[in-house]
Amino acid sequence: VWKWIIYNLMVVDDLSNRAVDELLHALADTTRRDILRRCATGQPSVSRLARAYPMSFAAVQKHVAVLERAGLVTKERRGREQLVRTDARAVSRARQALDELEATWRGRVDRMSDLLVEGTEPEGKNSRMGGTG
Amino acid sequence: LSITSVDTDYDNLTITLVADFDAPIQQVWKLWSDPRKLERWWGPPTDPATVDTHDLSPGGEVTYRMTGPEGDVHHGLWRITAVGSPTSLEFTDAFADEDGTPIADMPVSTVTVQLTERDGGTRMEMRLMLESREDMERLLSTGVVDGLRQAVGQMDALLK
Repeated sequence: VWKWIIYNLMVVDDLSNRAVDELLHALADTTRRDILRRCATGQPSVSRLARAYPMSFAAVQKHVAVLERAGLVTKERRGREQLVRTDARAVSRARQALDELEATWRGRVDRMSDLLVEGTEPEGKNSRMGGTG
Repeated sequence: LSITSVDTDYDNLTITLVADFDAPIQQVWKLWSDPRKLERWWGPPTDPATVDTHDLSPGGEVTYRMTGPEGDVHHGLWRITAVGSPTSLEFTDAFADEDGTPIADMPVSTVTVQLTERDGGTRMEMRLMLESREDMERLLSTGVVDGLRQAVGQMDALLK
């Protein structure tokens, strides 16, 4: 989870040094990393998060605020609850970058395969010097 | 079809790709070690690649450019971190400017290639890892191998 968040924020969003500092500060705390983990898979409310840790609601709220300021999570009001989740753009962009890389390499392996077949055709047969180039 | 499996790990930004070729290891290795062969598969037909320099030794570089349909040219650069001819290769691949300097805010990938003999053919196992810009900057400032290890180590330590 961490790598794609950092990748997205640093590479795609082109953070300023101050923003990078905020990001590193946000990630430098065990509770905040744990909150982030929960918010990447679900969308818990702040009060639900607060019940998961042996600390006050206010303390958890403060942690969430640090994460929000660093651009790692967004808050959404639903009724009386505030739902917290990892920024969806971060997720989709990182996935997209990886999907593109995968497609690129699928193409490359196909072309490698074609070249090797070409290399075993009669004129290039058993040629250790590299076949038909 | 040569591709046996592709596993994309979104959490770790890593793709693991396994391909089986009906050709001996030496021949598959040549696709990487012979620049004239490399440029025939590296770029897609729409953006053919030209390899300008090619030094497959630790610390060495491979520079290439890809020419798009509009005549647009994109430069790229490998930095070789490990080589074990004819079975293994590890490098970072980055976009570069015309002088061959990596462009800081473009994604960098780390590529690991392993060739093994299998049923008279060759199995190629690859690991493709997207790296952050920070990794790349450290890579450049502290030397290729040390920088990469260090950057990844630091990031891992931070994220444990």
